[in-house]
Amino acid sequence: MISPRYHRDIPQRYRLEGGKCTKCSYIAFPPRLVCPKCKSKSFEPYHLSREGKILTFTIIKVGPDKFSKETPYVVAIIELNDGARLTTQVADCDVERVALGAKVKLVFRKIQDEGKSGLHCYGYKAILL
Amino acid sequence: MYGIVGYGSYLPRYRIKVEDIAKQWGADANALKRGLLLYEKTVPGLDEDTITISVEAARSALQRAKIDPQKIGAVYIGSESHPYAVKPSGTILIDALGIGPHVHVASYEFACKAGSEAMYVAYSLVKAGEMDYALGIGADTSQGAPGDALEYSASAGGAAFIMGKEKVVAEILFTHSYTSDTPDFWRREHEFYPRHAGRFTGEPAYFKHIYNSGKSLLEKSGMIPSDFQFAVFHMPNGKFPQEVGKKLGFTKEQMEVGWIVPWMGNTYSGSSPTGLAAILDVAKPGDKIFMVSFGSGAGSDGFIFQVTDEIEKVRNLAPKLRDMLDNDKIYLDYGQYAKFRKKIILNE
Repeated sequence: MISPRYHRDIPQRYRLEGGKCTKCSYIAFPPRLVCPKCKSKSFEPYHLSREGKILTFTIIKVGPDKFSKETPYVVAIIELNDGARLTTQVADCDVERVALGAKVKLVFRKIQDEGKSGLHCYGYKAILL
Repeated sequence: MYGIVGYGSYLPRYRIKVEDIAKQWGADANALKRGLLLYEKTVPGLDEDTITISVEAARSALQRAKIDPQKIGAVYIGSESHPYAVKPSGTILIDALGIGPHVHVASYEFACKAGSEAMYVAYSLVKAGEMDYALGIGADTSQGAPGDALEYSASAGGAAFIMGKEKVVAEILFTHSYTSDTPDFWRREHEFYPRHAGRFTGEPAYFKHIYNSGKSLLEKSGMIPSDFQFAVFHMPNGKFPQEVGKKLGFTKEQMEVGWIVPWMGNTYSGSSPTGLAAILDVAKPGDKIFMVSFGSGAGSDGFIFQVTDEIEKVRNLAPKLRDMLDNDKIYLDYGQYAKFRKKIILNE
């Protein structure tokens, strides 16, 4: 049962809400309590840019049980236009076409289901531009 | 002035051609293409559903409306493929787009006209002065049983419309609805695929309701078909909308821009709304648009829109329907399609 954790993560998973350090402008995603750069504990809410580029990626050919029917698929580290980085799946693509530096945008997608009768869990994935 | 202040549409990138479905069932693809005027259709990805389609369409509508999402007082999503039987799709959409929580949310269902229902109620609430903005969406990941005629048309996509009274891009001049108990198409609870009454879905259902709604709308407005630059009707296949449009007095040229079904398929609740979005993508200030939806069961909602100068300022702020229809397509074979549409029985 992952419902309570799923609910707590909604701001970051649905709306890409992170935190921006009010002292040094470091963007923390997911949000943090302490800035890893200047140790400040003062953050303001920050919505990440929805566009960026692929920094690095891997092609998953043998996936975990819940994703085993979706192989092959790409998981990438994306650098967004505001400098924040996140890890996400790259959807709707021929995996052979994915390349370092490729431009992407983040879209709202279903990430997984809690079994046949549980919650549908939503979040972000990247698609190639 | 009341009407649309922002609009957006969304189509998945996956497609399947009529030939690939016909090959599976030993059907004559050329006869189907000639008879139904359908060539290919959109298919939702494994991670796409009515909610994800609605979120992306509504995100584009917000980009065009350029309003604070917090000012939206109501969100209605019309669909016959809501992912939950009990939990409104709009609850997830509002949290994804920063709308609410002080907002009225509901899921609508009326076969293929649930989207125009959502648009009508959103418009009516704004016109009644209950709120500044209301969002109406039509979206579906349509179901069609394997081997059934619907399998060639049932597709995925949607469109979203923010209704308001300031900076209106398309004023709503008149509306008219026509409804009766006509059992042409239905899906019982817990059933995966809809059932339909074959040819009975035509004359006493689709044609009767669209014609009567459209005719009354023309009478109410005092307008004639030649007053309109564009017309769009519900598109279960390529042939029906052209026939009903002709019967009402519209020409092929007036229907051409909104007639996207040959390459998109029938997006059910998203059908005429996506056609309307395609028209708004190209319409000029002053143009009049005639739209009539159809939902089995059965009913039709008719709208007359007049495009304003504001359209030129917002049209390029979000993706256009025709670009999504023509570009970045990924074709599936029938096996992949069956997997994507969860038509293959798997172990848990």
